[in-house]
Formats: sequence, C-alpha cells, structure tokens
Amino acid sequence: MSSGKRSNEPFLWLLFSAGGVVAAMLLPIHILLFGLAFPLGLLPSPTYETLVGLAHTLIGRLYLLVLCILPLFHWAHRFRYTLYDGLQIKHLDELVNTFCYGGAILGTVVAAYFIWQIP
Amino acid sequence: MPTFTAYPAQGYRARVSTYWWLGRRAYLKFILREISSVFVAWFVLVTVVQIRGLAHGPDAYARIQHRLENPLAIALNLISFFFVVFHAITWFNLAPKAMAVRMGGKRVPAIMISAPNYIAWAVVSAAVAWLLLRG
Repeated sequence: MSSGKRSNEPFLWLLFSAGGVVAAMLLPIHILLFGLAFPLGLLPSPTYETLVGLAHTLIGRLYLLVLCILPLFHWAHRFRYTLYDGLQIKHLDELVNTFCYGGAILGTVVAAYFIWQIP
Repeated sequence: MPTFTAYPAQGYRARVSTYWWLGRRAYLKFILREISSVFVAWFVLVTVVQIRGLAHGPDAYARIQHRLENPLAIALNLISFFFVVFHAITWFNLAPKAMAVRMGGKRVPAIMISAPNYIAWAVVSAAVAWLLLRG
C-alpha cells in the first residue's frame, strides 16, 4: 500500500463520520415518509410542485446534496470493512476500495447532476 | 530434543470461520450495524432516482412514485427503516463513548451527551415532516 493512500484515511473517516450523522438524523424520517407513508397512502403525498418548490432553492439543493453525498461515503467506508471482516477478503483490498469509494464518487456525480437539473 | 518439520511454520494463524459473527450477540450486533450501511445506500439510491424524477418533470416523478408502491419496494423500505433506526440509535449511543467530556473534574454522564442527539433527531425529523406535510 502506498503512503499516499494511507494519508487519505483520516479524511475518509471524517466523511464516514459526517455521513453517519446525516444518515442517523435524516434518513429515518425520509424512509418513513417517502418509502412507506406516501406510497401506502397513509399520509397525503406532497405534489410535484410542492417538492420542486422546496428543492429548487439554494438551501433545498444544498440539503439534497448533503442528504445524498455524505451517507454514500458513510456506506463506502462501513461496507468496505463489512467486506473485509465479514467475508475476510482483506487481500482484495484494491478491488474492494475501487468498488466502495468508486461507487460513492459515481453516486455523488449522478446525484449532483440531477440536483443541478431540478427546474 | 526438539523435532523439526521440513516446512517451517509461517507463524501461527488461527483460521476464522466466515460465519464468526454468528457466535455471539455482540458480534451479531456489530455485523448488523455494518450491514445497515447497505440500506443507507439503498435509500440514497431511491432518493437520487426521485430527484431525477423531479428534474425530468411531473410525469417522470409520477412514474417513480408508482414504482415505489410496488410491494417489493415497500418491503425493502420497511426493512431499511428498521436498519436505519438501528444505525441511528447505535450511532447516538456511541457518542458518549467517543467524547469523554469532563466538567468540574467529573466525567459528564453518558445520558447528558446522547440525550441532545436524540432531541436533535426528533426536532429535525419533525421539521422535515412539517415542511413536506403542511399542504
């Protein structure tokens, strides 16, 4: 492992940690509403116009960026260790890193693009 | 007199079963917490797809809403909800262990550090719900 990679670790841990906070604070209510209550008709779904009204502001876009990006890096870090410890594939280090952080970076780019595209 | 083998030992390495985490409750809790990250990623994905719907217009958004009514999506989201709540609780309970705050020479009790997290969680969740449900 190169020394350059090692020096990334505190930064990645910080992203993991920040993502853990965001996932803990925001995802339960988002899943409860968008994943369960709205599709099941338990609560009235906000209209398309309401959602765009909330999302198109600068604060709305920043909120969505934070909501998507940080938890993705939280996933990347934690899932990386899940693969190492759970499946004991520490020797596949490079592959696992590419999959986890590559996935998070790809998700970041895609999320940022669509957030940008909100009318 | 010691005997020597033809193949010198490389150092002792205990073989660990792939299912080591089934052995103890604490291990199982650890692995469930790790796995919660998969459900975190799942719902971020759902959210990104919904944002794509918002970006592409009312019809695209309605199609995505319709897909989320699929029983499979509901089941997955129900499981995700439990895992994410599990993540939140374990995360907030870990905070006092990560920060050992001392006041007046005494360590601040764990509840004083984790309680504000729970209060913030409740306030933030209520704010998100209010914004989305006010009509």
